[in-house]
Amino acid sequence: MKIHEYQAKEILQKYGVVTPKGIACFSVDDAVSAAQQLGGGVWVVKAQIHAGGRGKGGGVKVAKSLEEVRQRASEILNMHLVTHQTGPEGQVVHRLFIEQGVHIEKEFYVGMVVDRRQQRVCLMASSEGGMEIEKVAAETPEKIHKVFIDPVAGLREQEARDIAMKIGIPAQSLPQATLLLQGLYQAFDESDASLLEINPLALTAEKQVIALDAKMNFDDSALFRHPEIIALRDLDEEDPIEIEASEHELSYIPLDGNIGCLVNGAGLAMATMDIIKLYGGNPANFLDVGGGANAEKVTEAFKLMLRNTKLQAILVNIFGGIMKCDVIAQGVVAAARDVRLAVPLVVRLEGTNVDLGKKILADSGLTITSADNMADAAQKAVNAAKV
Amino acid sequence: MSILINRNSLVMTQGITGKTGQFHTRMCREYANGKACFVAGVNPRKPGENFEGIPVYATVKEAKQQTGANVSVIYVPPPFAAAAIDEAVEAELDLVICITEGIPVRDMIRTRYKMQGKKTRLIGPNCPGIITPDEIKIGIMPGYIHKKGRIGVVSRSGTLTYEAVAQLMELGLGQSTCIGIGGDPVNGLKHLDVMQLFNDDDETDAVLMVGEIGGTDEEDCARWVKDHMQKPVVGFIAGVTAPPGKRMGHAGAIISGGKGTAQEKLEVLASCGIKVTRNPAEMGKLLQSVL
Repeated sequence: MKIHEYQAKEILQKYGVVTPKGIACFSVDDAVSAAQQLGGGVWVVKAQIHAGGRGKGGGVKVAKSLEEVRQRASEILNMHLVTHQTGPEGQVVHRLFIEQGVHIEKEFYVGMVVDRRQQRVCLMASSEGGMEIEKVAAETPEKIHKVFIDPVAGLREQEARDIAMKIGIPAQSLPQATLLLQGLYQAFDESDASLLEINPLALTAEKQVIALDAKMNFDDSALFRHPEIIALRDLDEEDPIEIEASEHELSYIPLDGNIGCLVNGAGLAMATMDIIKLYGGNPANFLDVGGGANAEKVTEAFKLMLRNTKLQAILVNIFGGIMKCDVIAQGVVAAARDVRLAVPLVVRLEGTNVDLGKKILADSGLTITSADNMADAAQKAVNAAKV
Repeated sequence: MSILINRNSLVMTQGITGKTGQFHTRMCREYANGKACFVAGVNPRKPGENFEGIPVYATVKEAKQQTGANVSVIYVPPPFAAAAIDEAVEAELDLVICITEGIPVRDMIRTRYKMQGKKTRLIGPNCPGIITPDEIKIGIMPGYIHKKGRIGVVSRSGTLTYEAVAQLMELGLGQSTCIGIGGDPVNGLKHLDVMQLFNDDDETDAVLMVGEIGGTDEEDCARWVKDHMQKPVVGFIAGVTAPPGKRMGHAGAIISGGKGTAQEKLEVLASCGIKVTRNPAEMGKLLQSVL
């Protein structure tokens, strides 16, 4: 799960991480009064969307008067902000964050992720703040310093100080930077985060180390023990179809193509998309109905796929193990009737009770193309979509 | 010998009193030598009870002492599953297979930390389990699709593994052992660990390795294969069409920061002498071609 910058900063402040003073707003008037309340002569008006790259996309602007705050806020609010992470359609800005301007002397990068190979949280820091870390990693990997954090001891004082020194935090600011890094790890750990990025971490003219930006993602599997984080969810930022799918315990991701795929199991679902592409077609979605699919779930899955007006064919690829093929076949027949299916349907069933499943499809009176194996199924679906 | 498990393994089920644990323990018991293999269950609140004749103990330690079970399979719900693994490691079992999906990564980091220097091996979590065909099955895969033979199968996925096995069967190729290592980012045995075991197993002639997007486990394995593997290995990687930044079902199946693409994995595998296919319908044929 993702949250907004201002929400991440609220969490981090509880762990002693210094950030500029700021107020989240939902309207232009609110933005102006927020600036008034914050005081000072310089403010930053920031679009709050979950995607990164907001600055480059024009979603972060400096304002030097209240009038300018009003102007910037009205430009940014409700704009379709396009960044390298939003896709070409962009994301509509519904929330703003007004922050006090800060005199910046130098910018750094700090990030935390779970490292799969070390099976620990990895703290990464670099002197190259503000840049895309992937770019720094590719071009100048020696500028990224890493610590793999001991899950029992946490981020040790010495480790935090060393890495702060390596990225060039001046001596007088090291004690504060050390505490800040330790606070970041504590926040990451205690909130079950999956990603934390401070880009940039800034050294101010007053030699204070402060988090200018903050990004936090959380482990979906751990949300059951974090009602305080679930409360921060912003449904405006999520694809409504994906939300609906998750309510039915379906894993659904829309793609560009025209062949809908309904598969059990994530690996087989990906492989099904791959073989469609390999045979010259284009998958319209990733859809894993999971291990416990029933007629109702299959019907919901069909409805989701059919929202896509580009859909030219549907390929059902089921390897029934625990899930029996006859149950799936009944589900497919019921769904096809229920939604009055008008696009060609290719079904490949394999596994437990496969013959019974095929018979149910054949006896249904529906126009269903049966396939013997994965290759046959993909070929038939690709052909059907071309007609 | 097969790897990790055989007809003589003695298995306990942690979470035997839950619906899933009961269903799959029953299915496993009905498979091949399962009746003799599945000897104990664990539930701290129901010691002294039994599940269809299988005695339930309060702790893993007690179950081990009373029955000699050295392997455990876990169906405990996600909030408690990591602690269940810890208990099995603490009791010094040889092997733990954790089927549970959705364990918080933070819990698994701590569990893996505690496993350092311990003898217990872990398969999973979020995996279908392991099967040595016609001897024993521990997990949720359909047993009947398998047949004893000399091909090793290792995969991160469930149904895609069944697909691979079905393709082998169509060509008359049986399996020595099939392992699903699971789709989570922090887990037990990796492709590499399983490959080493297959290399040392005199009943395995060749290995089919199935991977997917995310992480670098397949690449790590491929580099080892290049330098050490004595047997032919073929591979398939799922997710060539997966868009970056989107989690494809499995917690670990995500292309992030430009890393973990199927394309990159396929290239590394091929450069390490592993024959690869981009066609998931040809995994079996590819394996047959290297025998």
